[in-house]
Amino acid sequence: MLERINRAYTQIARAQKALGRRINIMEVCGTHTVSVFRAGLRDAFPEGMKLLSGPGCPVCITDQGYIDTVLSMADRDDCLIATYGDMIRVPGRNGSLEQRTNRGNIKIVLSAEDALKLAKQNPDKKIVFVAVGFETTAPATAVIANEAIQQDIKNLFIFSNHKLVIPAMKALLCEKNNKIDAFMCPGHVSVIIGSDAYKPIVEQFKKPCVVAGFEPMQIIEAIAAICKQLADNTPDVDSVYPAAVTPGGNKTAQKIIEETFDAVSGCWRGLNNIDKSTLKLKEKFSQLDAEKQLGVKFVHEEDLTGCQCGQVLCGLIDPPDCSLFAKSCTPDTPVGPCMVSSEGACAAWYKYARRKRRSQ
Amino acid sequence: MVQICPQKKAKSMTAGDKILLAHGGGGRLTDELIHSVILPAFENQTLSKLTDSAEIRLGKENICFTTDSYVVKPLFFSGGDIGKLAICGTINDLAVAGAKPVVLSLSLIIEEGLETSILKKILASAAQAAKEENVSIVCGDTKVVEAGSADKIFINTSGIGLKLPVADVGFEKIAAGDKIIVSGTIGDHGMTIMSQREGMKFESEMKSDCGSVAQICAKAIEALGSEIKFMRDPTRGGLAATLNEIAAQTDLGIEIQESQIPINPTTQAAADMLGFDILDIANEGKVVIIVSAQKADKCLEICKSCKNGKNAAIIGQVIKSDEPLVELITTIKGRRIVQMPYGRELPRIC
Amino acid sequence: MCLAVPARIIEMKGDDAVADAIGNRIEAKTTLVPQVKLGDIVLIHAGFAIAIIDEDEAKKTWQLLADLDNFNKTDKRVSG
Repeated sequence: MLERINRAYTQIARAQKALGRRINIMEVCGTHTVSVFRAGLRDAFPEGMKLLSGPGCPVCITDQGYIDTVLSMADRDDCLIATYGDMIRVPGRNGSLEQRTNRGNIKIVLSAEDALKLAKQNPDKKIVFVAVGFETTAPATAVIANEAIQQDIKNLFIFSNHKLVIPAMKALLCEKNNKIDAFMCPGHVSVIIGSDAYKPIVEQFKKPCVVAGFEPMQIIEAIAAICKQLADNTPDVDSVYPAAVTPGGNKTAQKIIEETFDAVSGCWRGLNNIDKSTLKLKEKFSQLDAEKQLGVKFVHEEDLTGCQCGQVLCGLIDPPDCSLFAKSCTPDTPVGPCMVSSEGACAAWYKYARRKRRSQ
Repeated sequence: MVQICPQKKAKSMTAGDKILLAHGGGGRLTDELIHSVILPAFENQTLSKLTDSAEIRLGKENICFTTDSYVVKPLFFSGGDIGKLAICGTINDLAVAGAKPVVLSLSLIIEEGLETSILKKILASAAQAAKEENVSIVCGDTKVVEAGSADKIFINTSGIGLKLPVADVGFEKIAAGDKIIVSGTIGDHGMTIMSQREGMKFESEMKSDCGSVAQICAKAIEALGSEIKFMRDPTRGGLAATLNEIAAQTDLGIEIQESQIPINPTTQAAADMLGFDILDIANEGKVVIIVSAQKADKCLEICKSCKNGKNAAIIGQVIKSDEPLVELITTIKGRRIVQMPYGRELPRIC
Repeated sequence: MCLAVPARIIEMKGDDAVADAIGNRIEAKTTLVPQVKLGDIVLIHAGFAIAIIDEDEAKKTWQLLADLDNFNKTDKRVSG
């Protein structure tokens, strides 16, 4: 095992020598951000290599307007909100779902199917499914959308804000100040989209894209593979997660996403609009579309705050560089979504990284 | 082109405006509630020590006194029930203070409509647990509230114990170099409860560790006296909360080895499923012991000789530090901080 | 950004399956992996099996984890 780690060190040194500066690898996925911290990897590598956290945290990039709309539906007596636990503590302009749990109409679900079951069990309520997540999670929403139509369920409403990873990765690379030399690609999104999905990024931008799972050793292997490509100037798609990720991905899941959703332009919190990056239900599913059926519409809002989540999400700064970090913005009093999400870079940094705590 | 888009400031209600579920979770918010609302209301030295049991001198005797309320849902779970929990939990609070538990009170708040057969079952279980631990339930109270005003049944038990003569535990006794022992696998109770809750239900081989640590505590103290510096049962908030409390109260650092922490693989798999950190998950039959380095191996031997200590392990040590932090050395020998948990574990998917 | 756990399929009825993850029984839909068979190890996310795990490749990961166990018995450190 020590050889693997030494191999990684060797490749990092080679890559640094080849580029003549520090290597910046973006780990796109929030789960990678957390895994890296939990394994104690962040400080383990030499100064020549830095891991940047990316926008792969569905809660972090969910627009403020979306959350406020969910909260407005939670305040209605005719609605029952079905949500994954990730969204419970996200603050809107007026509190969070957590602060409304005594209303009794907010249910945490572990599966999209649970939202469908809730609709069947509560025929007099409008069940609103808070559909967030990337390509890993979108197929589940697509399945229940199709089941709801087939089973003629009239009281399930899907409020979709599913996002797609590749458009975001491209958008980041188009940003002229970006520091990204390579991507560590999200393991479970890649299960769905397949490792070949990253080929256009390699072809257009010549950046290595290596898919990794979430075990510390897989992350170390991915870093070694990336640095070898950088050192040899052979950017390519690779995977250190062959147990679950195939080049073509899960075709059944891809098909059901294509048949159920349109990919439209959508706002990513902190990143502004990204074309064809957000999944909305197709016309034939309008009877399930919360936006169309429940008289709600979320509008992107802009205002100044001092929150620098956007720069964190693009890997331009580390959370401690934000002036609000660990002062007015903490996990208990979050200002921005990167702090409130359990996978947000700011929350992970706050929770796992060493910092001076006495002054707080 | 990506633009950095500034955000409207989210007005997040502070935890101070309303009591949240997390305020009862044994983590940061509970801490905040106790320090900012509860302690100021009473202002006394004994209470401010925030020990598991209060030590009081009555005449020539040192007695320990504690209280705890039990609101667990579901009432019956694999490995125990609210009755057994109510007895063992309070016994444990006395035991970790270095006291021999002697008597308990038992107060019941019952929701109108609860089946009598369920009440009988709970009381039988409590009686059985008390008998096994040689404590008597000597007084009690019963209230019934309207349907909807309580969740089936809430139980409070208060306990009195006699301080063992050689017991000399306290935060102030802890020193750099002391070793940290945990008496067995962590997270079993909290994960079992969660797996049997509506909305998260799944069958599992997991069992709550609901049980008494009195035998472990008494044997350790009787054999090692003041070499046992401190003991605490890591209930709500899990091992993380207990270790952080120790660090905060002593102003010392704590270093633990991930590979040494006893964890049942089934419990770990369940925690992975829900996205929980097992260090934050409640235990109901465990004790964390801080013992002098020279007696750590002996203490471990004592734990393992006890019924509820078979999987005990030395997991780390207290260290001098300029920050009172709990640091974990990971399986790949990296380092990360273990923070005081929020107080409410939420399952995550994304 | 996605938690997924490996589990072995132990029961199947149409699209509905039960999988075992080290003693935890998880209900999962197999809609997205129609080729799945009893006994396969799958990756489960949000109540759905999203992939069938290649056991040979998985064994290599398990080997890495076993290596980790041996590593922990040494005092070699990664970080300074």
